[in-house]
Amino acid sequence: MECVFGMVGKGFALVVADTSAVNSILVHKSNEDKIMVLDSHKLMGASGEAGDRAQFTEYVQKNVSLYQFRNGIPLTTKAAANFMRGELATALRKNPYMVNIVLAGYDKETGPSIYFIDYIATLHKVDKAAFGYGSYFSLAMMDRHYHPDMTVEEAIKLAEQCIEEIRSRLVVAPQNFVIKIVDKDGAREHSWRRTTKD
Amino acid sequence: MSIFEYNGSALVAMVGKNCFAIASDRRLGVQLQTISTDFQRIFKIHDKLFLGLSGLGSDAQTLYQRLVFRHKLYQLREERVMKPETFASLVSAVLYEKRFGPYFCQPVIAGLGDDDKPFICTMDSIGAKELAKDFVVAGTASESLYGACESMFKPDMEHEELFETISQALLSSVDRDCLSGWGGHVYVVTPTEVTERILKGRMD
Repeated sequence: MECVFGMVGKGFALVVADTSAVNSILVHKSNEDKIMVLDSHKLMGASGEAGDRAQFTEYVQKNVSLYQFRNGIPLTTKAAANFMRGELATALRKNPYMVNIVLAGYDKETGPSIYFIDYIATLHKVDKAAFGYGSYFSLAMMDRHYHPDMTVEEAIKLAEQCIEEIRSRLVVAPQNFVIKIVDKDGAREHSWRRTTKD
Repeated sequence: MSIFEYNGSALVAMVGKNCFAIASDRRLGVQLQTISTDFQRIFKIHDKLFLGLSGLGSDAQTLYQRLVFRHKLYQLREERVMKPETFASLVSAVLYEKRFGPYFCQPVIAGLGDDDKPFICTMDSIGAKELAKDFVVAGTASESLYGACESMFKPDMEHEELFETISQALLSSVDRDCLSGWGGHVYVVTPTEVTERILKGRMD
């Protein structure tokens, strides 16, 4: 029931995730932040097994920081994506992380990019990505309305349309969503779309 | 659903007159859902050697990285590139190392060997080599591909005709397979040049 999706626009990348933490039929909390800010210009939206998600995203964030401390320069988005894929692939045949990731980043030289990383470590650079049951609705919505070089307003409107679709068509739809954006000015939280207060 | 059919793939390689062609589909799926229509399955090892990897996308990426690493080391030590026959043996060995926990991939290797003689081979996921003189196929659409290639193939085709033949064989086969398709990616390699073309097929 966890929904994560993301898209690339003109000079920015957007990641949207639901914020519910669920155990069977019980909603523990509806303000769980699943989009980790890896460094100044990277966002990592993750969905999947809750413990693996928290553990893996923190592990990646610390290693991305470590690289920056050791080498004095930050990783590119592509390098961070490949690092994540490597970790997932190594763990796959021992103790797999059941985490699906949408990585969004902005690099000065190459601009915004989004990477789709499966829990079995399939890596692919894409314009739009989505995971979970919500992906059936959000990918279809994005296939219809997405075009390259969208403005922030157009992308937010499309994200809202996807959220509306998920809310109306998914039987156990999550209540709240968070939207985070990354562009040349950095990675930051953009807004929330709530139906319940927590 | 088998793990080999998780992502969906179609690969074919054909031999022509002093040239070869290798083609793949472009779909990356997660079972029934299509994620992307520009997934790369054919990789260049060196100018006269190409490797196609069908099966699980993740293992294809891991295997490609391992093989490129081994080839680069070989190149540093031997001060030359690998012959296709040698590379095929390397791939076979790397796959058999994981005999009891295999990579879920079926490679297709195509290259120009000594005197620019075309070489193609495929192998199963544990490295059993299958050399052929005419064509090799792999992936979820392999059964259709066998039929299409068997009927369309002629020996000693020039590179233009070879491109047409392999493209038609690929497109007609992936149209019968729901897990592969969304276009085609064809490399035609002669001793002097490499031509890369994208095919537009039925996008469904």
